Amino acid sequence: MNPRLTFATAGRVLTQIRHDPRTIGLLLVVPALLIGLIAWIFDDTPVFASVGPAMLGLFPFIVMFLVTSITTLRERRSGTLERLLVMPLGKGDFIGGYALAFGLLAVLQALVASSYAVWVCGLEVEGGAWLLILVAAVNGLLGTMLGLLASAFARTEFQVVQFMPVFVAPQILLGGIFLPRDQMPEALEAISNWLPLSYSIDALNTVTTEADATGDVLADVAIVAAFALGALVLAALTLRRRTA
Amino acid sequence: MTNTDAVVVDGLVVRRGRAEVLHGIDLHVPAGQVVGLLGPSGSGKTTLMRAIIGSQRTASGTIEVLGHPAGHRALRHQVGYMAQSAAIYDDLTVEQNLDYFRRVLGSPKSDVDRVVAEVGLGSSRGALAANLSGGQRSRVSLGIALLGSPKLLVLDEPTVGLDPLLRKELWELFARLAESGVTLLVSSHVMDEARRCDRLLLVREGRIIADDTPDGLLTATGTTDHDEAFLVLLERAAERASDGHAA
Repeated sequence: MNPRLTFATAGRVLTQIRHDPRTIGLLLVVPALLIGLIAWIFDDTPVFASVGPAMLGLFPFIVMFLVTSITTLRERRSGTLERLLVMPLGKGDFIGGYALAFGLLAVLQALVASSYAVWVCGLEVEGGAWLLILVAAVNGLLGTMLGLLASAFARTEFQVVQFMPVFVAPQILLGGIFLPRDQMPEALEAISNWLPLSYSIDALNTVTTEADATGDVLADVAIVAAFALGALVLAALTLRRRTA
Repeated sequence: MTNTDAVVVDGLVVRRGRAEVLHGIDLHVPAGQVVGLLGPSGSGKTTLMRAIIGSQRTASGTIEVLGHPAGHRALRHQVGYMAQSAAIYDDLTVEQNLDYFRRVLGSPKSDVDRVVAEVGLGSSRGALAANLSGGQRSRVSLGIALLGSPKLLVLDEPTVGLDPLLRKELWELFARLAESGVTLLVSSHVMDEARRCDRLLLVREGRIIADDTPDGLLTATGTTDHDEAFLVLLERAAERASDGHAA
């Protein structure tokens, strides 16, 4: 990996997105609006206080997964990836560039969504708003890395969109939003222990309900980050200079 | 490098799935020449070119490029490649496309100006690639291949969709590059481009059926233009193939 090339790639990806203001708008605004909608639906009930935090993890994760997987799939299909890989660009530079660029977007998105949830929808956060934003941002990063990985297994945009339910839906169902994980059948709880989103939802719940659990939250964040890193390494392995 | 070969391919076999697409190709590309790779579409030109730049998985045979095995790390600065479909970023401008690939190659900023002039894109530098015509897009793609200082250029149909004047200009550029010592392997299915090459390789169904100078081909086939020469060669090759099946 060469920092100059990684930054050049990140800069290029961000320039591409800059030419598409509608996507930027959707990226930044949609999660906040959906969270606002949920807050409104559950107005006058205690439900928003319990599902709101999880939503802050969910939307960045889903949105970043979709955006990243489609962008990198496009890169594979248009021939630009092949072109780059016969040039002096390392696979790490390519993946790293995407991780940086979309990571930055994930952080911005988390900032907007979390701020909206806390200061507009009145989500109560015992553990500090910055920690909430951190967890949401790491979730966006996880979506980015899984999106990079998923794009390797799809040949068309149709397929990559179908991967969303495959990669994402089980994590949502088993993540403890519908039923706390320790109340699920044992086998499902065991599976959920191996899914990264479970840890981010735990972290989000902890940060909103407990004032002095920063250590626990950071431990969960570290696990999610480790999953993201693992996906990044796997994604790099799927890049082949030689193809059939 | 004037007396050596820039590319030597020996017994190259490529399979895609169960089908064999290249059946034991032997060829050499002399350094500092413009070598035309001609043949009907689907004959294996693109596969052969991808094998030479090192992005095609091969079943057997060897490919040596500028003294290294194809795809060698040392070649990443030395080989310029232009694919048949314009491999450029639609959501970047012409200049941003060139600048990104220039950074990847680590060549100076002035390279973008040089290349823009070479491919005649001065008036559309700031235009988004998505809004360009097909011919302009392929010129951006060609421009990227020209960045840095490649010793070997592998160009897959670089002049497709261009008007005659622009085509002429590009072939003049290719000749100038060859004069300065660059080796060019250029595919085309437009036969009138054949006479602009120093050597011609004719591909049919995954085999090289002729490897000669443009004049040599005319003599060998007793024809007066390359269209006719290729028809004769293709017919001969088809006859040989059907004899082979009969025997």
